[in-house]
Amino acid sequence: MKCDNCNKAATVHLTEIKNGKKLEKHLCEQCAAQNEGLPVKSHTPINELLTNFVMAHSGIQKETGTACENCGITWAEFRQSGLLGCENDYALFERDLTPLLQRAHEGATHHIGKVPARRGGSGVPAKRAVDLSKLRKELARAVEAEDYERAAKLRDQIRQAEGG
Amino acid sequence: MKLSDLTSHAGEWLRGSGPMSEIVISSRIRLARNVSGYPFLTRCSRHQRQTLEHRVRDTILGAQLAPQVLYVDLDQAPQTDRDLLVERHLISKQHASAEGARGVAVGEAETLSIMVNEEDHLRIQVLRSGLQLEEAWDQINAADDKLESKLDFAFSPRFGYLTACPTNVGTGIRVSVMLHLPALKLTSEIEKVFRAAKDMRLAVRGLYGEGTEATGDFYQISNQTTLGKSEEEIISDFKHLVIPKIIDYEHHARKMLMTERTVALDDKVHRALGLLRSARLLTSEEVLSALSHLRMGINLGRVKDIDIRAVNEMFLQTQPAHLQKLQGKRLEGDVRRAARADFIRSRLNVG
Repeated sequence: MKCDNCNKAATVHLTEIKNGKKLEKHLCEQCAAQNEGLPVKSHTPINELLTNFVMAHSGIQKETGTACENCGITWAEFRQSGLLGCENDYALFERDLTPLLQRAHEGATHHIGKVPARRGGSGVPAKRAVDLSKLRKELARAVEAEDYERAAKLRDQIRQAEGG
Repeated sequence: MKLSDLTSHAGEWLRGSGPMSEIVISSRIRLARNVSGYPFLTRCSRHQRQTLEHRVRDTILGAQLAPQVLYVDLDQAPQTDRDLLVERHLISKQHASAEGARGVAVGEAETLSIMVNEEDHLRIQVLRSGLQLEEAWDQINAADDKLESKLDFAFSPRFGYLTACPTNVGTGIRVSVMLHLPALKLTSEIEKVFRAAKDMRLAVRGLYGEGTEATGDFYQISNQTTLGKSEEEIISDFKHLVIPKIIDYEHHARKMLMTERTVALDDKVHRALGLLRSARLLTSEEVLSALSHLRMGINLGRVKDIDIRAVNEMFLQTQPAHLQKLQGKRLEGDVRRAARADFIRSRLNVG
């Protein structure tokens, strides 16, 4: 397959959903880097690997960022271990965590599902939230299958469920 | 209930019964939970870690989660006991080899286990034979409710259940289905499964979870996304989309072997049987691989005089810790390999 922009072989394949429409792009590495701002590297240079390794083990990277009052962890320390120090860290590092969470959880930023009874949940997952996310998924599938009649119906259902 | 009572039979997950058990070995769900007010474990002091372990242990034992619950203090337990629990999938390898105050509670015919002070304060697990995800969810949800009424779990309305690693935050749920896929391996089509799994944002691991090889053609498929999807949605995707698709692939490959490569198939199965019946020294990898082919042979009706349950049990009882527990002594090197071969021959009724 050839790049959409030039004649080189396309090695980067992007699927974007914009306003419910699927957009596919096939690009070579250079065009992907230029047009989409995607840093594409097939090989990490050896010196970069070494630098990262040395930095990780010497503590050079330690930033003087905010430390959690409760557990003492800093953002840099979390980045090294991958583990947070206490429950307060989610609120403390909320801004920095959000993009990480989006990458790890298919773009999600908010919890859907069980809520403990003592935190106001009924012990069972919130029914409404389940239905909404299901409807949205079905809508995406209907659009993909070009079943616009069904998609329109689903859209109305979602609007109704959202109360608007 | 004592730990040694477990060795004489296969754990619930390897009983080889339950829906779709010719391909689906087991269904597992685990929930990650932390107790509010204590730091996560890497930031706990020794004292906090101990207090936490005692508090969680007492809560578990007082919560009436099952008629009988066995609690093992892993900081005190000997290595073989810890290995035994790993082989039975009741604790993780990491939990077995870690240090400091930690434990595991096991109950309800080994379907329920709760690791205390692993990566999170609690890792609740339900493990059932065959494809039983909804049953597993009902069981674990009820256990979680009981624990929740006694312990205030760290939770935020936006992020859900708060976990040490942000990859588990939200529902804290990991759904894993263990599949036996020998035909896909033999026909070199297993890559298809890996690709399909990757497309659906699922992880594929070996028999003993994270960082283990897929030995004996066993593969564990599990979800990675825990935020933004409800527990029911994740389970329903597994039950209705993911697992049926893989079962279809494997059935297709088995059918192909039966119709187009009958001799090659029989050769594989009977070579495995020959090895198990005749060898005098066997490693656990050799056994896993041979038992895998034998299991497929029985499921496809190519071998008729061997009970599938005996094969399922041998998978477990030939593992190092089980073998040593059954023999009642430490075995090393060739002595262990000889004991393994003897054990298999006795189970297959050959001298």
